[in-house]
Amino acid sequence: MRLIGKEEIEKMAIGAALLGTGGGGDPYIGKLMALQAIEKHGPVKLISAAELDDDDLVVPSAMMGAPTVMVEKVPSGEESLAAFSALEDYLGKKITATMPIEAGGVNSLLPLALAAQTGLPVVDADGMGRAFPELQMVTFYLDDINASPMVLADEKKNSIVLNAVNGMWTEKIARSATMTMGGSLLNAIYPMTGKQTKESSILNSLTLEEELGDIILNSKNPIEDLKTKLKGYILFNGKITDIERKTDGGFVRGSAKFNGINQDKDSTASLEFQNENLMCLVDGQPKCITPDLITVLDAETGMPITTEGLKFGMRVVILGMPADEKWRTDRGIETVGPKYFGYDYEYKTIEELNK
Amino acid sequence: MAYKLGIDVGGTNTDGAILDEQMNVISSFKSPTTDDIESGIKNVIEMLLDDIDFDKSEITHAMLGTTQCTNAIVTRKGLNSVGVIRTGAPAGTAVEPLYSMPDDLLSVIGENTFQVRGGHEFNGELIAELDEEKIREIAKELKGKVSSIAITSIFSPVNNEHEIRTKEIIEEIWDEEVAFSLSSEIGSIGLLERENATVLNASIIDVARKTIIGFEKALEQNGINANVYFCQNDGTLMSKEYTLKYPILTVACGPTNSLRGASFLSDFNNAIIVDIGGTTTDIGVLNNGFPRESSLSVELGGVQTNFRMPDIYSLGLGGGTIVQIKNNDFQIGPDSVGYRLPAEAKIFGGDVLTVTDIAVAKGVLDLGDRTLVEDLNTRLVDEIYEEILKMIERSIERMKTSAADVPVILVGGGSALIQGDIEGASEVVNPGNGGVANAIGSAISDISGEVEKIYNIDPGERENTLAEIKKIAINEAVEAGADKDKTEIISFEDVPLAYLPGNATRIKVKAAGPLRK
Repeated sequence: MRLIGKEEIEKMAIGAALLGTGGGGDPYIGKLMALQAIEKHGPVKLISAAELDDDDLVVPSAMMGAPTVMVEKVPSGEESLAAFSALEDYLGKKITATMPIEAGGVNSLLPLALAAQTGLPVVDADGMGRAFPELQMVTFYLDDINASPMVLADEKKNSIVLNAVNGMWTEKIARSATMTMGGSLLNAIYPMTGKQTKESSILNSLTLEEELGDIILNSKNPIEDLKTKLKGYILFNGKITDIERKTDGGFVRGSAKFNGINQDKDSTASLEFQNENLMCLVDGQPKCITPDLITVLDAETGMPITTEGLKFGMRVVILGMPADEKWRTDRGIETVGPKYFGYDYEYKTIEELNK
Repeated sequence: MAYKLGIDVGGTNTDGAILDEQMNVISSFKSPTTDDIESGIKNVIEMLLDDIDFDKSEITHAMLGTTQCTNAIVTRKGLNSVGVIRTGAPAGTAVEPLYSMPDDLLSVIGENTFQVRGGHEFNGELIAELDEEKIREIAKELKGKVSSIAITSIFSPVNNEHEIRTKEIIEEIWDEEVAFSLSSEIGSIGLLERENATVLNASIIDVARKTIIGFEKALEQNGINANVYFCQNDGTLMSKEYTLKYPILTVACGPTNSLRGASFLSDFNNAIIVDIGGTTTDIGVLNNGFPRESSLSVELGGVQTNFRMPDIYSLGLGGGTIVQIKNNDFQIGPDSVGYRLPAEAKIFGGDVLTVTDIAVAKGVLDLGDRTLVEDLNTRLVDEIYEEILKMIERSIERMKTSAADVPVILVGGGSALIQGDIEGASEVVNPGNGGVANAIGSAISDISGEVEKIYNIDPGERENTLAEIKKIAINEAVEAGADKDKTEIISFEDVPLAYLPGNATRIKVKAAGPLRK
């Protein structure tokens, strides 16, 4: 167990933007919520999964709905508290720890605000090791852990306990409830035992976020150090020559094109994204495919750039890194691989593609 | 004849220009900006008046573009104490008002913040009824404590009735005068950034008042009896009444004036403008004669905001930028000798190698004593000059939205440093008078009117409704002093709101025209 204060949160927010692989929602609001909660209630206890007892009750918490609504209707901070107490009532059991559902973007920081308020420890783990757009795109799902019973709670103190039969119904019901409740809300989801948490989550993600943030802020050579830390590959050095985006069913789909500079000056690259970066091709050949991670970094500072932040003329480095082994199973690839997102490519690991 | 006087107060220089009715530049001068600003303005006016051969009573319009409000925010000087009210609770309490503001700013404006039940959802429904009783209590508590009040309601860009009602309640209770800043009139969606911008606006009300009085006094002491206008950062003018309400709109009017002045001098309406100063080069984009607005949030004096700003890329490269040579390697900037160039640059007998020295050594510029830089290795000079051009080319590329070549216009005191082709430019223009483009930009500014609202548009009525809204914007501009016959719509945006029932569309229209004679 160690304590997380404001300085660690600042670093985690930067690391979360990197692991957000272009999407995940801006960690800014989550960061401010965590900072304010820590200022009021004191630091957060971060524990490793190994410190959990097998019969502990661990419940992740996340926001649902439109990030654009959340930046205007900032949460009250009471939503997750209400969601947790409703779930405890329903299950007849005390929750012993919380954790983020994803390591990228705004959702990686919200559980820290909740933990500061409740005194619950946060498990140093998550369900994606990155960011993905849909509720079932978590490693818990791969091990058949049910998202239900889940609770949706808004700032007006409404809460709904939801028992959905499968992921499709969870998604359908939760989406329409979100709209009715004002476009953005917080949930308590995927209740798990300590044993399940140890087996089914991706470990040490918050510490990794913090380390990545530290490299970006303090390293003399951030891109090289990030690559080493993440066992990654520099897929391309280039400048952006074209960006296409369209909004389609709540997702921003699009692609960006790059002309090479320095050692890549005779090559071109393209990046396909749907909220998150999903595929990178160099001279028409795939070099990194989802679920492996692709992040675009500012060539000078190493700061991660979101898909919305991509602009013509920027000089960038495209960094690819291997996904957790949990995603590289048949079921993992079926859930978050290229075919699911509509790309006609077979998944190959980044190691294989960059031999 | 009716003449116009344009003044632009920058960080280093105060520029002035006088234009006639046909917009010919009759006279222009530069004078150092003074600590009190006012005497710098007065100095430039005196220089201009000495130079002209017509009677000063023929100066009918005077325009001021000034950094005073920006400076006040950055230096935390002369700011109002601000009462900050947010309606929207129970939403929003997870991040309190002013939470991310720097401590030194808070110590000046105070921490009088309140969160009240109220606010709206994205679709205009209520989050909660407005707690009017609480607002009455706050009004009593703030009385005598603050001189300016900032009001922000959740989703007020969709529905601002709680902001307006809050203001009314306070007005009922206070008898003394107080300035109100409503967030719906200042920023767009994004609660914390909009609230911050509103608080900053509230904090510079007194500074704006002093600026206005100072400018009027400087004119009066020189016997000029003209209508005064102030430059906004979108390249149009506002009246002094409007300036008192929305002083934040003057922030960054300097780069805007320079862009507009460059457009006027070069006759280009669509181009990239490169303004090369002593310390930085500011690069902006002209779209139909007006600056392109930034789409990202803007930091001002350490505060995140989201009000409109021209999209300017600032590069640490100017005439005074220091060049360091080590063995056969070199580094350009980011440090600069700034206004000490005439004392410290090699060509003037100093011992600091600057970008200006390189330009002289390269032979593109004839300035100072060239023999003082003759000992520089010519190949190295070529390489450094090449890199200077590359730095500018890369920044131009950053600002372009497509790969096509565009005209590039060079202005500013350092524009003479650049000669030769620029990659990505269809042509490079270096107009005369480029040194005082700011002041000219201020003098030629149009007057504008703006409407931004959510309308429910019936499918068959679309054309009629839009025409009606455009008419309202034009009327606003005309009422503010624009020439009715020459006022036209300069920007139009309609964004259908996907989540809203019916055909709700957010419409933003801006009209602008030259000043009525």
